[in-house]
Amino acid sequence: MSARTLGHRRDPLWLAALLHRLSGVALAAFLPVHFLVLGLAIGGGGRLEGFLRWSEEPLVRLAEGGLVFLFTLHLLGGLRLLWIENFPWRGGQTGIALLAALVSAAAAFFFLLILF
Amino acid sequence: MGSAPDELEVSLWRGGEAGRYEAYRVPLKENQTVLDLVTWIQRYLDPTLSYRFACRVGMCGSCAMTVDGRPRWTCRTLVAKILKGRRLEIGPLQNLPVIKDLAADMRPFFEKWQRAKGVFAPSQTRREAPAKIPPQSALRIAADAAIECINCGICYAACDSVRWNRDYLGPAALNRAWTLLNDARDKGNAERLRAVSGKDGCHNCHSHQSCERHCPKALNPTASIAGLKRKTLEAYLTGRIAG
Repeated sequence: MSARTLGHRRDPLWLAALLHRLSGVALAAFLPVHFLVLGLAIGGGGRLEGFLRWSEEPLVRLAEGGLVFLFTLHLLGGLRLLWIENFPWRGGQTGIALLAALVSAAAAFFFLLILF
Repeated sequence: MGSAPDELEVSLWRGGEAGRYEAYRVPLKENQTVLDLVTWIQRYLDPTLSYRFACRVGMCGSCAMTVDGRPRWTCRTLVAKILKGRRLEIGPLQNLPVIKDLAADMRPFFEKWQRAKGVFAPSQTRREAPAKIPPQSALRIAADAAIECINCGICYAACDSVRWNRDYLGPAALNRAWTLLNDARDKGNAERLRAVSGKDGCHNCHSHQSCERHCPKALNPTASIAGLKRKTLEAYLTGRIAG
């Protein structure tokens, strides 16, 4: 069928679900790298020290801000779903999802503000 | 294909699964519904066009189609309210096999109502006095909130969980199961909870709320499914259903 057959995927709550899924995949991809870096501490801290110095580069710090955004977004999105599934229904889910995105952006912004 | 100011270009799905969109020019009129467009094409341009409708007043649920990418009840959808530009694209409901043109095969949809135990299981016979159900009881309020479904299949067509798992029972069947679960007169809940908690049951729902967004009767199947998730978890924890 044509490209116009998936109109429901333009709705805010569908996009919220997409962002929740993508942030989860990104965090899952980050986690092994995180453990790999922690593993650098084994057998002397020289390599870890080198990595930590590199992590002070502005671009790496900016990426850390992105990580904070993804983590907060995934956490709040997950809490919203747990609320839906385990407590009596609450309306206004679009607003709640939007609030979660705004809080995540604010968390990343303040994190970067502290870093720079 | 261009269209005159008082005309609309309407692309209709023609053929079966391997069909294609074909464009028609239809005169624009005041208070015209999407179903009016389709009917005009069948009456004046191509009598072989197949589509389904019955009541024309939003009761029977038979005229649902995909209109510009969204499932809608065409008899109650005014063209003027959804038109962007001079073109509309109308296809059969998604997530269902295509019989021909705009007629989708609803059999998988209704088979799932059966699989979800969406049939009332009476706990009394006709020889007993009618059950007294207080309208303000919590159970009745929960059932009432979900009971006005007209079986149009719009929620089913809008559901990506159905798209990703063709065996998933879907929002309408689960919504029906939820109304019966809250019906104090029904005695089939043990079997119903088992039916809706299986691998193709309520736990497939990703809570996208597309069903609620598109339901023409303003029902919220996502809320019903969330209720089923809670009830099945409770039943599992108390040993009434197996894992």
